[in-house]
Amino acid sequence: TLVARSLLANDFQEELVIRPLHSGDIYASFQFRTLWETDFMRENKVSHYRLFPKSLGQVISKFSVRELHISFTQGYWRTMQWGQPFLPSPPGAELWVWFQDSVTDVDAAWKELTNVLSGIFCASLNFIDSTNTVQPSASFKPLGIVNETDHRFLRYATLPREIVCTENLTPWKKLLPCGSKAGLAVLLKSEKLFHSSFFSQTVHIRPVCQDRECKTTSWELRQTLNVVFDLHTSGQGKREWSLFKMFSRTLTEACPLASSSKIYIDVTDNPQEEYFELSPATPLLSQAVVLGDRRTFSVYDLTQQLFKSVSDLLPAGSMLRPLLHAERYVAGYGLQTGEIHTVMYNNHPFRSFPVLLLDSVPWYLRLYIHTLTVTSKGKDNTPSYIHYQPSKDRMRPHLLEMLVQLPPHSVTEVTVQFERALLKWTEYTPDPNHGFYVGSSVISALVPSSVAMDTNITQEQPLFSSFFPCKEESSYFVRVYTEPLLVNLPTPDFSMPYNVICLTCTVVAVGYGSLYNLLTRSFQIEEPNPRLAKKIANFIRRIRGVPLLS
Amino acid sequence: MSALLKRSCSHNMLAAIIMLIFICFCVHFQNTAGQFFSSGHTNNWAVLVCTSRFWFNYRHVANTLSVYRSVKRLGIPDSHIVLMLADDMACNHRNPKPATVFSHRNMELNVYGDDVEVDYRGYEVTVENFLRVLTGRLPPSTPRSKRLLSDDRSNILIYLTGHGGNGFLKFQDSEEISNVELADAFEQMWQKRRYNELLFIIDTCQGASMYERFYSPNIMALASSQVGEDSLSHQPDLAIGVHLMDRYTFYLLEFLEDIHPASKSNMNDLFKVCPKSQCVSTPGHRTDLFLRDPGSVLITDFFGSVRKVEITMEAIHLTDPILHPMSEEVQEKTYSYVDQLPVSEIIHQKPKQKDWHPPDGFILGLWTLILLVFFKTYGIKHLKHIF
Repeated sequence: TLVARSLLANDFQEELVIRPLHSGDIYASFQFRTLWETDFMRENKVSHYRLFPKSLGQVISKFSVRELHISFTQGYWRTMQWGQPFLPSPPGAELWVWFQDSVTDVDAAWKELTNVLSGIFCASLNFIDSTNTVQPSASFKPLGIVNETDHRFLRYATLPREIVCTENLTPWKKLLPCGSKAGLAVLLKSEKLFHSSFFSQTVHIRPVCQDRECKTTSWELRQTLNVVFDLHTSGQGKREWSLFKMFSRTLTEACPLASSSKIYIDVTDNPQEEYFELSPATPLLSQAVVLGDRRTFSVYDLTQQLFKSVSDLLPAGSMLRPLLHAERYVAGYGLQTGEIHTVMYNNHPFRSFPVLLLDSVPWYLRLYIHTLTVTSKGKDNTPSYIHYQPSKDRMRPHLLEMLVQLPPHSVTEVTVQFERALLKWTEYTPDPNHGFYVGSSVISALVPSSVAMDTNITQEQPLFSSFFPCKEESSYFVRVYTEPLLVNLPTPDFSMPYNVICLTCTVVAVGYGSLYNLLTRSFQIEEPNPRLAKKIANFIRRIRGVPLLS
Repeated sequence: MSALLKRSCSHNMLAAIIMLIFICFCVHFQNTAGQFFSSGHTNNWAVLVCTSRFWFNYRHVANTLSVYRSVKRLGIPDSHIVLMLADDMACNHRNPKPATVFSHRNMELNVYGDDVEVDYRGYEVTVENFLRVLTGRLPPSTPRSKRLLSDDRSNILIYLTGHGGNGFLKFQDSEEISNVELADAFEQMWQKRRYNELLFIIDTCQGASMYERFYSPNIMALASSQVGEDSLSHQPDLAIGVHLMDRYTFYLLEFLEDIHPASKSNMNDLFKVCPKSQCVSTPGHRTDLFLRDPGSVLITDFFGSVRKVEITMEAIHLTDPILHPMSEEVQEKTYSYVDQLPVSEIIHQKPKQKDWHPPDGFILGLWTLILLVFFKTYGIKHLKHIF
């Protein structure tokens, strides 16, 4: 019975949500969740892994990790055209980790953890060091079960320059119980996935409640993959798309290890089947409240029937306008100074809500915090909480966290001036004229919702609506990322050391060398070798005994 | 005279017989010596490095990936391959077909594949990291996939490609590795017993200069061009817009596509790859440091991974599984999730307790100065009021 219970406590669910967007793109979101009731932190090491991948289990127990969130993203999520994503992620790589209370040296554990993860995911995460790691003081609260939150155990870092390609997708697919051989992961073919407007793959590990009473916890591993396909560039002039056209693969069977394997198609904009038809049709409809909106989905359970295609897709009516979105850009001219502007839009007609803005700027952009201004509707808007940690050259980046109240239907602008630093010659990358990246700002907010949110935690809830824990019914939590910035630093001429060496050596050789020669060498006059005719004449003269020619 | 001749004749015959016996003995000895020196490696490793950055150096990445593909196909697993690519061509925004790297025109062969694992990429491909991988002197937190964990029974294949010159190879347009450094790295590997035999292939301009300075035993080297010659690229693809492969590696790939794990081709066939008519440059090779005869070395000794399998008929008894007793007591504690944005808590957050540091030298000096000036002006009698 003991063995049976531990086996039952291992659960794997997979789901795919397809939502046609108003701009004509298609948003596909894969979610794979493994639940395991075990205790990684006890003395006897866990040795038998069934559905949970061993590499991640060993990482959790070795580094005493409480929560781990890592994402690799290519492209930028356009909130105004596409709405809010189910799971937001910034361009590049992002890693934030909560460690257990028992860890004594968090920085050493963080450094080793980034190296191990760089080996698991084939990414250059080993470039995460103290110059781009910050410790937020109010953002990034734990998403899982926790006793108390002490921000000393939190670390956050982004690598905006990180490229995502097949070599990151391959180890990610290997973490799934069925691999890429059965179930929904069969659709993940890299040639189609990377030929898209947006691609993001994430791994989230956290302890969760098992049921409503929440007396026991289990470890949850969620792997999500979000991709937005642009029908026009992928050659879909016709108004018909199918799984094969999107992914160039068809579904064969559900993963035998999965307890549930479902596909949800968002049909909210198609109530009477007037815009598009699903084939094969399904009578199963379900409603879910996600991101403050009640949406209707057609459900396909893969254990019973397979989904194929949708025909006649027309862009539907008006989209629910996202209530919060943000932009960021660099203003100014020249290579000495500049200004960072972060613009936040609150589109709610009558409600205002607070947002927490987290900015992490590298040390080589020296921020002048006395020039920080926050204005809404032209008037000054003082933040109710500011936490600023200044940077240390080559050691620590700037950290700026502010709690700003956004008035209804307004635009709030945060500006700060900066000065660019000159790096040492060896600190430049091999392609310095590309520019240097500044990571995205993170804006966390509790946005008021027009629809009552579900605060119950049940197993029947679809995965995409149960990621962020919901504490109250009237608002939902959302995280918005801005664009990363690309700034040019003053770049030296890298051929100058070579030029200087050549010039100095030439001057020394010519100047000193000739002087040395003049001073130390003695000169003697030497008879040149006589010509052949003269030699013969001298020889004959010698025989004759006559004086020689000179 | 005839007697002398007759005696010399018999002497000649004797000498001939002795010579014949000696030759037979030599041949026999050669066979046993051949068996004695036949390859005694037990595992195979490969280190494949592309050193060029930027989109117009697409062909160097394609070179490295085609050798990677051949080596994987012939049996070396990903855990035994260290692949270093200095730039990303497959998911580069200029690539009209993302997640692909082609080696043949008209996009016939995608050498990038579906399950590639790149160990060092982008800015990580530096001379220092390359030498550290070869010599094994890596920081302790380096993961296994980034290490070359070879031993004295390993055959290692090292493939370098990029832009080079007489005596150096350029890494990422910002630094170089010289042939002396490379030779010293191999000597370190030999002294630390990190290889059994090493095959070094280089496809750059003036590639033969890179193996001139080797002095460690058991190294065989091939290069795509001699000193003073340039290695040329093969063919451009008009849709992608760049040259896809270098000539030497293109014909090397075609040669390797015919090899399968059981093939008996040897190194002499490899030396004949890409003659001057196809390559325009003259490929060179160096075998004087190698103990075995190149004709007896199989291609799969370096490019493949032939493992010796021993079949046993014994039965193995497994122990009973270890059962961990689950804690049966009912937890009275109820867990809960945390508020994601506790506004009031954040506003009233106490500032972090900063560690107390002793005052700075400057501050101490300033205060000492102020105190001195004070006591100088107002006299020492005020001191008793303070102490």
